[in-house]
Amino acid sequence: MLFASRSFCCLGIRTYQLRTDLLSRSIKLSASATMTFRHKNTRRIEGLDSNVWVEFTKVAADPSIVNLGQGLPDISPPDYVKEELAKAAAVDRLNQYTRGFGHPSLVKALSQVYERVCGRKIDPFTDILVTVGAYGSLFSTIQALIEEGDEVIIIEPFYDCYEPMVKMAGAKPVFIPLRYKNDGNSASSADWVLDPAELANKFNSKTKAIILNTPHNPIGKVFNREELQVIADLCIKHDTLCISDEVYEWLVYKGNKHIKIATLPGMWERTVTIGSAGKTYSVTGWKLGWSIGPQNLIKHLQVVHQNTLYTCPTPLQEALAQAFGIDYKRMDDPDCYFYSLSRELESKRDRMAQLLQEAGLKPVIPDGGYFMIVDVSTLNVDLSDVDEKQPYDYKFVRWMITSKKLSAIPLSAFCGPETKRQFEKYIRFCFIKKDSTLDAAEVILKNWNKQTA
Amino acid sequence: MLRRVGPSLRHFLLERKSSAGYSSYSSEEKMSRPVQARRLEGIDKNIWVEFVKLAATYSTVNLGQGFPDFPPPDFLKKAFVRALSGENHMLHQYTRGFGHPPLVKILAQFFGKLLGRDVDPMTNVMVTVGAYQALFCCFQAFVDEGDEVIIIEPFFDCYEPMVKMAGGMPVFVQLRPKAPKDGQLMSSADWQLDPAELASKFSERTKAIVLNSPNNPLGKVFSREELEFIADLCVKHDVLCISDEVYEWLVYDGKEHIRIASLQGMWDRTVTIGSAGKSFSATGWKVGWTVGSNRLLQHLRTVHQNSAYHCATVAQEAVAQGFQRELELYGKPESYFIQLPKELQQKRDWLVQSLDAVGMKPIIPEGTYFLVADISEFKSDVPDVPDSDEPYDSRFAKWMVKNKGLAAIPLSAFYCGAHKNNYNHFIRFCFAKEEATLKAANDILQKWKREKTSP
Repeated sequence: MLFASRSFCCLGIRTYQLRTDLLSRSIKLSASATMTFRHKNTRRIEGLDSNVWVEFTKVAADPSIVNLGQGLPDISPPDYVKEELAKAAAVDRLNQYTRGFGHPSLVKALSQVYERVCGRKIDPFTDILVTVGAYGSLFSTIQALIEEGDEVIIIEPFYDCYEPMVKMAGAKPVFIPLRYKNDGNSASSADWVLDPAELANKFNSKTKAIILNTPHNPIGKVFNREELQVIADLCIKHDTLCISDEVYEWLVYKGNKHIKIATLPGMWERTVTIGSAGKTYSVTGWKLGWSIGPQNLIKHLQVVHQNTLYTCPTPLQEALAQAFGIDYKRMDDPDCYFYSLSRELESKRDRMAQLLQEAGLKPVIPDGGYFMIVDVSTLNVDLSDVDEKQPYDYKFVRWMITSKKLSAIPLSAFCGPETKRQFEKYIRFCFIKKDSTLDAAEVILKNWNKQTA
Repeated sequence: MLRRVGPSLRHFLLERKSSAGYSSYSSEEKMSRPVQARRLEGIDKNIWVEFVKLAATYSTVNLGQGFPDFPPPDFLKKAFVRALSGENHMLHQYTRGFGHPPLVKILAQFFGKLLGRDVDPMTNVMVTVGAYQALFCCFQAFVDEGDEVIIIEPFFDCYEPMVKMAGGMPVFVQLRPKAPKDGQLMSSADWQLDPAELASKFSERTKAIVLNSPNNPLGKVFSREELEFIADLCVKHDVLCISDEVYEWLVYDGKEHIRIASLQGMWDRTVTIGSAGKSFSATGWKVGWTVGSNRLLQHLRTVHQNSAYHCATVAQEAVAQGFQRELELYGKPESYFIQLPKELQQKRDWLVQSLDAVGMKPIIPEGTYFLVADISEFKSDVPDVPDSDEPYDSRFAKWMVKNKGLAAIPLSAFYCGAHKNNYNHFIRFCFAKEEATLKAANDILQKWKREKTSP
């Protein structure tokens, strides 16, 4: 007798699958009966099987759909980056294993760049771990430092993997939403803020860490110094760690500055800062990321890493090291890719905003990152005849993909159960797209009202 | 050992019970506790960190860590360059998380053929960051606290810490050497499991057995009879089989690599793991895969999507092309999967000769690119230290790399703590090396022997 595995989403409450193993072990099946098979998933991954990307990347793989959904560039990485990879692959030794915690030339290049940015000494061998994407860094950090009995504060909306990773580590996610401070519709990501008193209430003696994401996915908020100080003060007061996901650190638009929380007083020793080659160099498919922090934290991430995948691909790391070398030398120069990409994206951001505004929408203009969220409820698309249980934004995006051939990501994918209703009128667009993609989006948005009239 | 984060103490509200022996705390007590999670307990040590560093510092000839010092084949390198520089620059972006479609499709075709069944690329195949991450996904997906996992010694060292990290209990069973015929060198085939002993290791709590064939470090290629015995136990006790077959192509002397998943009753309970690094001599690409029933792979997918999610696209694209070529040339002499073992067999024989000539007794491996040798005759160079915690072979290997410049790995690295001294006069050599490297190794060994025998 086996219980089917289902998770029910009613009013944001899940019921949990009954454990079958105790039951099946107590049932004695004779050897001649159907072969026993009691193997189900472990507790740690219970309920973590669904994933917004599996659905939406599949759907958007159709080439006739203008894909502004998943966050990946359709622009080319810079030529020199590709050239460095070709050069690396031609060296025999670079096709074999390298140092597990990070290819030496890469960790040295990273320490160079980040020493300059942070204004402190960073040891390439003890303070840095190279991982399979920033995703791998998040996993290593959480597995290393978080366990059953811990609480981890997650700011909503959040990059969706934070919640399942915290749960997989046996800990409890504690959510706090960004709320917009102005009445009426917000115009900028800066309008979305944390309520300091509400945030302070989320901290207690069980709080092991807070996950910070700045620039923020999906809203594009760039936390300013005062906001970071509020978080830092709480971390210090409650002796809490900070996991700072800064993958979009270079993508900050005019009038904004990316500040690393690890550089605030008292924060270096309790912060793991995560970065991404994919986002820095528009090579998401290289899946290289890094964690930077004090030795006494990074060493535990290294233990996780040596027991999970041991080492990351060598030629990619070497190429990345060379690319960083090139850009490190021109960090005072506006041509440095870190700045030139940001400038390129700012104009795409502005264009995306304009397209949405012309379609009668009010996008939230991001101060950083390459995503833009927009409230679509003003379009009044009636989807009440579609599956009641699904959040509106999921239904809207599926409808938009089918009928408008335009994809986005529903924002409730980035929310905890209590907040899904709050965000279900928003969808997220990705604008790190080539001109022709944005042109195609423009056509769809311009014709939107004509078709639905 | 307790460590603090900063100067302040942490408050506990929760009562804790754990196998590590933490006692429970009331809400009134403040105490400091380690910053790291308990799942890291006892898994922080790693032989490679130390030995790789030693080899890098001292060795002139590195037969230690298992990787080729010759390049991947030209067709594969070309495929990589085509992928990274081709018109389709989207190969630098995320691909499908569970495996790049061209790769899973060709793997499904290839392994379907080898296993004699329909293998669906989307549900029966998952790509991982090396076979290492495939192993990790298996343990995380299936091993809960208190589950037992049978590990055959000697074993690739990561199995034990991975089982522990998943909260499981490793249960060890040793391959035991039978004496070879008089005058003959021992073969890896002479190391066998005692059937009664193996059977006794299966209990109600046994979740899985890890099989590694061809076996690292011994090079043993499990025979059909041996595999059937294991399979019968798996079926009888309803146990999963995690089958690490990364050296599947490296079998010598006409021996056959048999996939346990193809045996009766095993497909549904086996995850078969493979490696592009080992198949194509490109260990630095870190592309591996799992093949198995959807009923099992669905849980590997859950772990994968919550840990690494994607693997590097360009490498997967190139490996897919490599497999396409191998599928077309399957069974033909130009197939890399035929040429590579042929070359490696020669290198094996070369190293066997070198070692035998100086008095190190090699155990002839039936497969893999590793070879274990008995260094008893060289013991006089490294005196025993009776009260030492460190196994003799480890001290020997360290002495050898520092004083002779020849790097190898002590066999004790592949045994659990309790058994490390059982076979402490063996060291493991990797022979996936250029002729020049093997010749240089021979020179070192010859010189060493001369120094021993001369007054």
